[in-house]
Amino acid sequence: MSGVTMDRPLPAGDAPGPGYTLRQPRLPRWTPAALAAAAAAVGIGIGVGAGLSSHIQWGLIAGLLFVVGMYALAARVEGRRQAKDRLATSLVWVCFLLAVVPLVSLVWETVSRGSKVLDGTFLSHSMAGVLTIQPGGGVYHAIIGTLEQVGIATAIAAPIGLLTAVYLVEYGRGRLAKAVTFFVDVMTGIPSIVAGLFILSFWILMLDFGYSGFAGAMALSILMMPVVVRSTEEMLKLVPNELREASLALGVPKWRTILKVVLPTAIGGIATGVMLSVARIAGESAPVVLLVFGSQVINNDPFDGAQSSLPYYIYEQWAAGNAASYDRAWGAALVLIAFVMILNLVARGIARWKAPKAGR
Amino acid sequence: MDITPATAATPPPLPGGSQPAPAEQSKAAARAGDRIFLALSRGSGILLLVIMAAIAVFLTVRAASALSHNEGNFFTTFEWNANANPPVFGIAVLAFGTIVSSLIAMLIAVPVAIGIALFISHYAPRKLAAPLSYVIDLLAAVPSIVYGLWGALFLVPHLTGLYGWLNDYLGWTGIFAYHDGAARSLFTIGILLAIMILPIVTSVSREVFLQAPKMHEEAALALGATRWEVIRMSVLPFGRSGIISASMLGLGRALGETMAVATVLSPSFEIGKSLLDPGGGTFAQNIASSFKESGEIGKDALIASGLVLFVLTLLVNGAARMIIARRKEYTA
Repeated sequence: MSGVTMDRPLPAGDAPGPGYTLRQPRLPRWTPAALAAAAAAVGIGIGVGAGLSSHIQWGLIAGLLFVVGMYALAARVEGRRQAKDRLATSLVWVCFLLAVVPLVSLVWETVSRGSKVLDGTFLSHSMAGVLTIQPGGGVYHAIIGTLEQVGIATAIAAPIGLLTAVYLVEYGRGRLAKAVTFFVDVMTGIPSIVAGLFILSFWILMLDFGYSGFAGAMALSILMMPVVVRSTEEMLKLVPNELREASLALGVPKWRTILKVVLPTAIGGIATGVMLSVARIAGESAPVVLLVFGSQVINNDPFDGAQSSLPYYIYEQWAAGNAASYDRAWGAALVLIAFVMILNLVARGIARWKAPKAGR
Repeated sequence: MDITPATAATPPPLPGGSQPAPAEQSKAAARAGDRIFLALSRGSGILLLVIMAAIAVFLTVRAASALSHNEGNFFTTFEWNANANPPVFGIAVLAFGTIVSSLIAMLIAVPVAIGIALFISHYAPRKLAAPLSYVIDLLAAVPSIVYGLWGALFLVPHLTGLYGWLNDYLGWTGIFAYHDGAARSLFTIGILLAIMILPIVTSVSREVFLQAPKMHEEAALALGATRWEVIRMSVLPFGRSGIISASMLGLGRALGETMAVATVLSPSFEIGKSLLDPGGGTFAQNIASSFKESGEIGKDALIASGLVLFVLTLLVNGAARMIIARRKEYTA
């Protein structure tokens, strides 16, 4: 409340005018900014004064002061309807800031804590012979595992997803296509742990194969397929029908039309979709925890024996629960986030680079 | 497909077709190619359906074998001793934890997500809108294990102050009672899940808000409505079903989230009255954390709980998709 009383004198200059003007009295444009600053100052003041240790509380107090202060101020000067509008505006702004705060904090924590251990040794060594309480060791074996598992998953899921999308867009009529569309949607929502359990029950418990990178890759491919189908489908729908008709009118068979005309036109968008789905499964940890078993040493063969992977490594190092392993966990998290973000950026780059061509 | 025979009679030299084969031969090749290609693409569509069916079948088979050994009641027993002899396990605590934490996540995330979606679609300066939605999408790109690590090592210590405050003022309700200790509780999970489902709820509702008829908005503005009145009278009523389906998609995500929960929660097999005190568990978290110590029956028991989770998310997601589909028909 003190934020309001502090700012009260500011707009007092143009008090509600005489009735004959059409213009309602308005607060000056800089009022929200000034009030935000004042609320932040008071929030910090109360926080320090009352000895509140949590910065989250400081933020909450400041946010509350700003919203209430803005409403009271506008209600006094501009009238109830405008005040409600101001209230909605400030609430929407607060919502947005609320969403940005965790993202910034997460990226900041990961980068600042992760960069402590991140160096050439960390990237090029495994955990072989390193006790969890010792500093040192690295993520090389986990990076190898992640790359191989994601690579195999992509090799399985991308062709199947692409062909399914082609079927849905180019051939799909009738009940089968409707069923596929519906179940692709449903499949998008399968929890990753359930995909892991499925491979566990099918591949490991029933067929009696061992834990391996390949088992993890199969679970990942189940998660990847619906994403590829969805994004490819969207892209194929964007290809103008005139192109297909022109090609068919020249006597080109349908399959060659699809391969030579439709797919090349949409290739940029398709590549973007595949890369985004790769980024999604690269960070997927639940099925990996169930299926690859984890290992401290380098295992280059995804088809035989336990492997590690970046998400698994983070979980393992976190579970070890001491300062050195926490450092390694943050380091691996930084590597993983960098990998995922680079994939995201490249994918969006491709989309932008290929976009004008597709539209021509 | 049927166009080919009619047009192949007059073969113009194609830039793509390299071999100048006689018309008859190329027609046959085209038909074979078409047939193979159709078979391939239809086959992969069917393969997807088979995978979905296989998931249901295999989980059910393993679950049935676990349930036949179970000495407790699968739905009401408050313990998980699937590796004991005889095995006793039940999902009561897990179901409670899963649903409560997901509901907390929804309660926090949905209003905030609607706010952000409105911000991007109606409030933000035009130039800012695109980068802002990109930033929100980045939230979705962060791997869940990293959320877990951040939650356990950063969020948990920072929440103890807030929880102490809640305990001081709302502790009498019992729900917000908090005794000392790390804040690795269902409520913390709810907050973390809220952050994680924010992007999907935001992006779906943003799409819906952008589709709101411009004429309605302009009509409202012309009548002298403020921006909030425009949104309340023309945008929100239009987007109501979209918001509902967006929140259900978010709920589906929250129900199945594994590693973030497994990292942050300190599990226990009892239902406490307080949401702020550590304890409880969720389906996915229990599977991930007790998997390594499980024997044959223990794994089957986990699969049984996974089947319940699968059905639960299937229902929630199916309902959400149904609402979206019906809305599409309605607007089209």
